[in-house]
Amino acid sequence: MASLKEMRTRIASVKATRKITKAMQMVAAAKLRRAQEAATAARPYAERMDTVLANLNRRVTNKAGASPLLVGTGKDQTHLLIVMTGERGLCGGFNTNIAKLARADAQRLTREGKTVKILNVGKKGADNLRRDFAKNIVDRVDLKAVKQLGFVNAEDISNRVFGMFDKGEFDIATLYFAEFKSVISQKPTALQLIPAKLPDAAPVASKVAEAVNEYEPSEEEILGVLLKRNISTQIFRGLLENNASFYGAQMSAMDSATRNAGDMINKLTIKYNRQRQANITKELIEIISGAEAL
Amino acid sequence: MAANFKFELVSPERILVSADVSEVLLPGADGDFTVLAGHAPVVSTLLPGTVRAVMADGIKRIYVHGGLAEVSPSSVTILAERAFITDEVDPRQLEKDLAEAETALKAADDDTARLHVNRAIQELKALVDAKRS
Repeated sequence: MASLKEMRTRIASVKATRKITKAMQMVAAAKLRRAQEAATAARPYAERMDTVLANLNRRVTNKAGASPLLVGTGKDQTHLLIVMTGERGLCGGFNTNIAKLARADAQRLTREGKTVKILNVGKKGADNLRRDFAKNIVDRVDLKAVKQLGFVNAEDISNRVFGMFDKGEFDIATLYFAEFKSVISQKPTALQLIPAKLPDAAPVASKVAEAVNEYEPSEEEILGVLLKRNISTQIFRGLLENNASFYGAQMSAMDSATRNAGDMINKLTIKYNRQRQANITKELIEIISGAEAL
Repeated sequence: MAANFKFELVSPERILVSADVSEVLLPGADGDFTVLAGHAPVVSTLLPGTVRAVMADGIKRIYVHGGLAEVSPSSVTILAERAFITDEVDPRQLEKDLAEAETALKAADDDTARLHVNRAIQELKALVDAKRS
């Protein structure tokens, strides 16, 4: 049995931990709100981009000459997995879940005899995947110093991806990130970037208006430009969703940590009081039996 | 008074402008063009330049760095990669940023950093021009 002093120290240390996790939870909550706002603010751009692209996609019938970003390279030998995770830990299973999804796909592709290349965004995913796929990791994007995610960050990543694509270093690119469902639920998602999967079902109402649209310069040219930008937009969306998911995961992880610490303090306090009482009783018995012996 | 139509300028981060306007001047890829209400539907890419929107409470100028404009008879939507409302940019701040960027360029030691700073400088210079015009 631990001594009373040891138990007091123990309780104090759990209390200190609870304070820290509580503070982290509140910080994460504040950051989550901002991350959610950023994700919401970015939505109109992505939505309009989707509409324009869908319309263009319907109009451009000559797919043979279209950009390889849309139709692919005609092969599916080399896969690039862009794995987005957090830069920090203490967020429950967030990083692990994304890495797990990416790892499962990487293993499946390897079994099928395909070449797998991994581009990591965020430190934790890189740490996680390095164990099994050290030689597959081609690059890592560090966003630790970035305070506020901007479109520039997404462009950085997409420029790297385009650079590799132009050199023919991969055929298919897939983005892995955690979709923000709610504070307590984040769903690891795989999204194919190249060749682009365009939404082709557009609302019927706009169809009539679209029929007479003019395009300056040509439709093909705009489509080419837009496809590139769309990939940046998708990456940007991934970054923002991931960021919101990260703080959501961190918040709920810290919340349960705080609650566990509270439970632990209760248990320890009961144990401590019981021990103290036992000591007092023991001392009393000693005094009484000492008095009786006289 | 010309008829009004809806004008929206969206950057990847947020909606910058959403207002009713009577006239918009756009720096299209095939030349500048002005849109009035009832314009034929056009989709055009934009060159870096100034968008001029005539609103009820005055003229608003926005510097856009490349983008796409979708014109329909009743609305204009611009998807800009990067955009700044020219009048809201403080010229002194701009000069300070430019000077800072130039020192950063001298200090930059790898290609990516140089690329970044160069891009920033170009943008700032274009903004200064837009401000003057």
